[in-house]
Amino acid sequence: MSSPLAIDVADLSKKYGERMALSHANFEVPMGSICGFVGPNGSGKTTTIRMLLGLISPTTGSGHVLGESITEPEKYLPRVGAMIEGPAFYPALTGNQNLTVLAKLGGFDTKSIQDLLDLVELGDRGDSKYKTYSLGMKQRLGIAAALLPNPKLLVLDEPTNGLDPAGIQEIRNLLRKLANSGTTVFISSHLLSEIEVISDYLVMLRLGKVIFSGKTSQLLAKQQPVIVAKPEKSTDLDKLLKIAKEAGHECTIVGDSVHVTGASDYASKFNKAAFDAGVVLETLTPVRQSLEDTFFEMTGE
Amino acid sequence: MINVVRAELTKLRRPSLSLSTIAAVTFVIGLVTSLLFLLVDSPEGNGERGIRIGRDVLSLATGVSIGFSNSAGLLGIVALCIFAAQTAQEYTYGTLRNLLVRQPSRMKILIGKLISMKLFAIVMVILAAVLSVALSYLFAGVKDISTAAWASSDANAALARTFLNVSIATIGYGIFGMILGLLFRSPISAISIGVIWNLIIEGLLSAFVTNIDRYFPGQLLSIVAQGGSEKVSYQYALITSYGFLLCGLLIVAVLFKRRDVAN
Repeated sequence: MSSPLAIDVADLSKKYGERMALSHANFEVPMGSICGFVGPNGSGKTTTIRMLLGLISPTTGSGHVLGESITEPEKYLPRVGAMIEGPAFYPALTGNQNLTVLAKLGGFDTKSIQDLLDLVELGDRGDSKYKTYSLGMKQRLGIAAALLPNPKLLVLDEPTNGLDPAGIQEIRNLLRKLANSGTTVFISSHLLSEIEVISDYLVMLRLGKVIFSGKTSQLLAKQQPVIVAKPEKSTDLDKLLKIAKEAGHECTIVGDSVHVTGASDYASKFNKAAFDAGVVLETLTPVRQSLEDTFFEMTGE
Repeated sequence: MINVVRAELTKLRRPSLSLSTIAAVTFVIGLVTSLLFLLVDSPEGNGERGIRIGRDVLSLATGVSIGFSNSAGLLGIVALCIFAAQTAQEYTYGTLRNLLVRQPSRMKILIGKLISMKLFAIVMVILAAVLSVALSYLFAGVKDISTAAWASSDANAALARTFLNVSIATIGYGIFGMILGLLFRSPISAISIGVIWNLIIEGLLSAFVTNIDRYFPGQLLSIVAQGGSEKVSYQYALITSYGFLLCGLLIVAVLFKRRDVAN
């Protein structure tokens, strides 16, 4: 890969006692991309993020963030914004005070706090105590805190948790805007549909191992579309199954339809073959597999 | 380092903590000073562990600072609770990870926290001194105790000395709380263990086992606050108590530096 990298890890592992939380992970995240980081619960996402942020030490392997080794986090963390495992703030302080604590700690200008609160639509609630915030508001404050350093790399762990659809849309737009301005966004989420919409790069984990790392479009292109055929009479399902099998396609009966894996141009041939066999189709729909389908297929969940 | 201190002071200045600290200090000083003066004629005693401090002693130049120095143990418990809670809550709120992302040097975080809490403790001791002197004058008037010597330069020197000793003792108790906070990573556990240790275990054993207070940090810090005792010299109490604290602080600093932040 010739483009500069925001993150690269090589053979990175973390062992807790006998349990391997992350096993020999290798992946790269190009600078300026929005990279989705997905995997089932317990797959090692948060462990990886913690190692990238210097919170825990790797058992083996190495990693670089913004060109600096993860063994020296002080060299890159001033250029990194992060929200790990959801927002965590002091309940008795206001949103504004919580951001002031972090701004002072990082040596950032506290004048930008109001702008950040406005950006995440907390401008009028900045003086309310954090403990009075809803989950969505807490999440927004976490994103504002991550943006404090005007980061080159933004690491967000489940940033859309607790947000309503409009809030999710706003965050999505914000992340796209940040990526367009050169910020790399590394975003972990269990909402695969969400990741599919916003990420142009993807790292998938399962049981502590990286099972895919690359462009989202590449992953989706590898997947064969599915043709869903529903006959008028359910007694014709077996006939349809036979037709598709004879043409060399994988197929299964799902409910009252037959799902045929194959290129979408097979749809017209399949329709004709069904008609010739006396089967009238009620519907015939080529369906592109979603990231969620691909994910479940790859993880075997 | 200065950034950590500034950030910590923002947290320490919050109204809920400031007001509860003022209330606790007022209660402690009010209790100890009122008992000292109002029970001056009581055969049960008016000082720590039933010690009698008579009118003649209270009317000396040092009389104005006795209530203040007698409060050191309880002020220390207040400091212990604050230091322990401020340290351990970073784990329970999950805010430690935010701090370490913004300031990756764990030693800077630790030392900055310690400095800011020491500043807070000094402000607390100043408040205690002012309250104690004011209440001493008030109760001396009520009990008809002479305060003529309290305005002398000797009295000012004694008050300054007591202020220094109480500050050292209070900060020492606070450091003990911070050590417990880092060890147990839970405010409730750290505070309960600290209070039980100081008030019950050390207190009871010192009352029943001769000379054991020479080896207890809490008892030694109380002796520091009083400028030494008949049995234990000021220097011994200061060096031994802070020796214990330094060892404890070094151990938890190593743990803090090396431990994974997994919550």
